[in-house]
Amino acid sequence: MAKIVFKHPESLKENIFHYCPGCGHSIVHRLVAEVIDELGIRGITIGVPPAGCAVLAYNYFDVDMIEALHGRGPAMATAIKRCLPDRLVFSYQGDGDLAAIGIAESFHAANRGENISVIFINNAVYGMTGGQMAPTTMLNQRSTTTPAGRNSTVDGHPVKVSEIFSQLDGTTYVERCAVSSPAGVNKTKKAIRKAFQCQLDGKGFSLVEVLSLCPTNWKLSSVDSCKYIDEVMSKVFPPGVYKDLTGQAGKTAEARP
Amino acid sequence: MNKVLMSGNNVIGEAAIRAGCRFYAGYPITPQNELTEYMAEHMRNAEGGIFIQSESEVAAINMIAGASATGARVMTSSSGPGISLKQEGISSMAAQELPGIIVNIMRGGPGLGNILPSQGDYFQATRGGGHGDYRTIVFAPGSCQELADLTMDAFDLADKYRTPAMILADGMMGQMMEPVIFKKPKPRQYPEKFMLRGSGDGKSKFIRGLLLDPVDSEAHNWKLARKYEVISENETRYEEHRLDDAKLVIVAYGTAARIAKGAIKRLRSHDMKIGLFRPITLWPFPEMRLRTLSATVKNFLVFEMSTGQMLEDVRLALQGYADIEFHGRPGGAVPTPAELANVIARVYEQKD
Repeated sequence: MAKIVFKHPESLKENIFHYCPGCGHSIVHRLVAEVIDELGIRGITIGVPPAGCAVLAYNYFDVDMIEALHGRGPAMATAIKRCLPDRLVFSYQGDGDLAAIGIAESFHAANRGENISVIFINNAVYGMTGGQMAPTTMLNQRSTTTPAGRNSTVDGHPVKVSEIFSQLDGTTYVERCAVSSPAGVNKTKKAIRKAFQCQLDGKGFSLVEVLSLCPTNWKLSSVDSCKYIDEVMSKVFPPGVYKDLTGQAGKTAEARP
Repeated sequence: MNKVLMSGNNVIGEAAIRAGCRFYAGYPITPQNELTEYMAEHMRNAEGGIFIQSESEVAAINMIAGASATGARVMTSSSGPGISLKQEGISSMAAQELPGIIVNIMRGGPGLGNILPSQGDYFQATRGGGHGDYRTIVFAPGSCQELADLTMDAFDLADKYRTPAMILADGMMGQMMEPVIFKKPKPRQYPEKFMLRGSGDGKSKFIRGLLLDPVDSEAHNWKLARKYEVISENETRYEEHRLDDAKLVIVAYGTAARIAKGAIKRLRSHDMKIGLFRPITLWPFPEMRLRTLSATVKNFLVFEMSTGQMLEDVRLALQGYADIEFHGRPGGAVPTPAELANVIARVYEQKD
């Protein structure tokens, strides 16, 4: 008897992705949907897509979603989770959304230890608007607003989100992954699963940073983009588990007085 | 229900909780801090009540938007600068058709201004405030009793029309104490189909404000515009005070209207026939009623604690059918009834 080993995730609609060829969003969308299927939580999941390339995520995810204003996903997700503590609530954010315009909302949701999960796509550029400098753009990296490369004296330094957020007492689980290889994709899926499980167990704030491809704005082929992540990006943003308190009896949002 | 003596800020909080508000987010700013503190203290005792001191006014408005999407009755409050920060969120709530209450306890502006009572946020409140084609229902209470009644009504209207509504008061209204009777709130009517609570076994939903296709976007804008027309037709409120024989009508709202009533009382004792027209909803503005009045009254005096903002709506309403004078005290200055009476008397004698 034939066994199904690969199929379209039930939590993903049949719509064709609008993302550019080679874009990491398509991969991460699928991973999130697979995890939702595997955990059997489609009916209790509420997603908060950002302003950015993933703004139309509700066209793809077959779960309840509300589009947040630029950077405000964690504020919205905070409120949704507080009102509905038995739902799984995740925000899906890009680097500009999380680390520039929305750094306050992201930082403070993490610091409050909100029992939500943040999927953070770091591709080191503003993708949707055409490749401007992001807070995570690396030094000397060219973008449309750093045509000579990011210069620390005038443009500042790349923001290392996982390193910073793992320092906050409010966070429970922080991991940085990369979707530049099959092994990396599998690892990313495991991290997303762990983040969602952390939330389902009431253990508090989880963040999965994903080093993701933007071949269009990097002006590289998809294959070269994967190499770029492995050889350049991973040196500035080393993948790894930055914090994991999921094994401990953690703080929970539900336990609040 | 017995009368209780409470300050305006606390009245708003108590009325909100009685009306079923179960989510409040706010950030400290004077002169509305007592409201935030009241919610912190009393949401704890309200079943299912959630209070969050947000990291900013921007976060607060986005929090109430999220909570509103789940079906909770929600409120945030602030003053001048903080309300400016909330505008993108208010625009988004209008676009996403999320009900919610925003309280603005106005202070002197522009910029940081000062923390004294003022009415300089009229344009911001009544013109939409944020970007795009939208309107916000704006209530301008004139007493603590009205703060209680209109806060409750604002929740009902926000639900009914699925739109944000604003309570526009000022530092004086927020700080002063008056006896209040809280009315019994109406049972909430808000269909579950508008709530985002996880799809269960059913079809998933989404709430959005981004409409990339201009056909969809234009249709959405006209849909909102039709809703605002219905609100204008049905929800306009005003008070008429001693208009029966009036030769000069003062147009004022909120604290300014209270001062005007004091002035009118003095002038009436000198046989000056002066009345007051007080808009209670600033948007929708009671335009038609004011125009009707111009058939019998030919002289109006607009008094605001600003350099003249509602004045423009009065001009639009009267369309040149009557003479309009203006007296303004912006920047946190609050005239006494005696001062205003002198101003009114001068205008009255010129016109008489």
